Amino acid sequence: MIRLLKRYWRVIRRPSVHYSLGFLTVGGFIGGVLFWGGFNTALEATNTEAFCIGCHEMHDNVYRELQPTIHFSNRSGVRATCPDCHVPHRWTAKIARKMQASKEVWGKIFGTVDTPEKFENMRLALAMNEWRRLKANNSLECRNCHDFQSMDFTRQSPRAQTAHSTSLASGERTCIDCHIGIAHRLPDLADAHRLAEKHGGPHVLPALVGGTPREEAQRQE
Amino acid sequence: MRILISVGLAALCATAALAQHIDNARGPVPVMEEHAPPPLQNPDNSDVRRQRAYAMQPPIIPHKIEGYQTDRNANRCMMCHARTRTEQSQAPMISVSHFTDRDGNFLAELSPRRYFCLQCHVPQVPVKPLVENRYIDVETMLRRGGSASTLPGRE
Repeated sequence: MIRLLKRYWRVIRRPSVHYSLGFLTVGGFIGGVLFWGGFNTALEATNTEAFCIGCHEMHDNVYRELQPTIHFSNRSGVRATCPDCHVPHRWTAKIARKMQASKEVWGKIFGTVDTPEKFENMRLALAMNEWRRLKANNSLECRNCHDFQSMDFTRQSPRAQTAHSTSLASGERTCIDCHIGIAHRLPDLADAHRLAEKHGGPHVLPALVGGTPREEAQRQE
Repeated sequence: MRILISVGLAALCATAALAQHIDNARGPVPVMEEHAPPPLQNPDNSDVRRQRAYAMQPPIIPHKIEGYQTDRNANRCMMCHARTRTEQSQAPMISVSHFTDRDGNFLAELSPRRYFCLQCHVPQVPVKPLVENRYIDVETMLRRGGSASTLPGRE
């Protein structure tokens, strides 16, 4: 192994005998551009809704559920596609998410959720993944479109005004704490607390699923 | 033969009557024609409690409930109106009557027979009623000292 590495190292270190410096630099540049362009194109191709619903797991479950919601059909026709909410927009975070998504390729190959029954059994775990992510990044994917600074409370209903001007404004709560199940059906919440323990405690749960402040206080005693 | 003719005649009369019949709730469209539904309205979202028409009336929902999930997995209403949630949400708690089962046993939480909130509680839409409402509040009735026969229009 070491010998093999040494041999390659020697080849790489040796100056080129046949190719000119110009060819190598310009060729390297063009090759780099082609590689980067191709990489990014492929990355963007996997970041479309058409790609997501290419699998029947996504098309028959979550995509169906999205359709009657406000994020799919509404008066102004602006809509959110799968990656708008499920893939970070910033490049580094996006790459990190894409690497995580290799597990979803595994799931596809081995049919982890390939029937409605299997999907229903996994629903809580899957929902929990998304809740944890959004809790941890302060609902970044919501805020990519819904900017708190641009919210006009006077145009909101009394209920929305109260919630947004107190808990949300103070940072005590984040979007997902209350707006769970906004785009997909909610899972059976009976096991939520047990699953949350695996992920480090009830604080990973959205407020509407987790315990009330009083219950939390009793739990800690 | 005679029976056949009479049955046929009866059917004809019935069809004619149906075609002429105009239902108040449908508007001026004959029953046999398809009616274009009126546009959907936004429900009342004022979050202001309304007076109940009678003491046992299930209170109406003074806010939007579009997309609220109520099935075997989750009950969106209870995420604010459950006993343990009201401190945070400041929503009215479900009535104590909702904790008893049909045998009168007092349960720890919402009785399964009360699970589907929309069976009794409904949101309100500001539309003109299709038929005139002649309901009289019991207090009005008592003050008037009248009987059920003293309805408006019959006085």
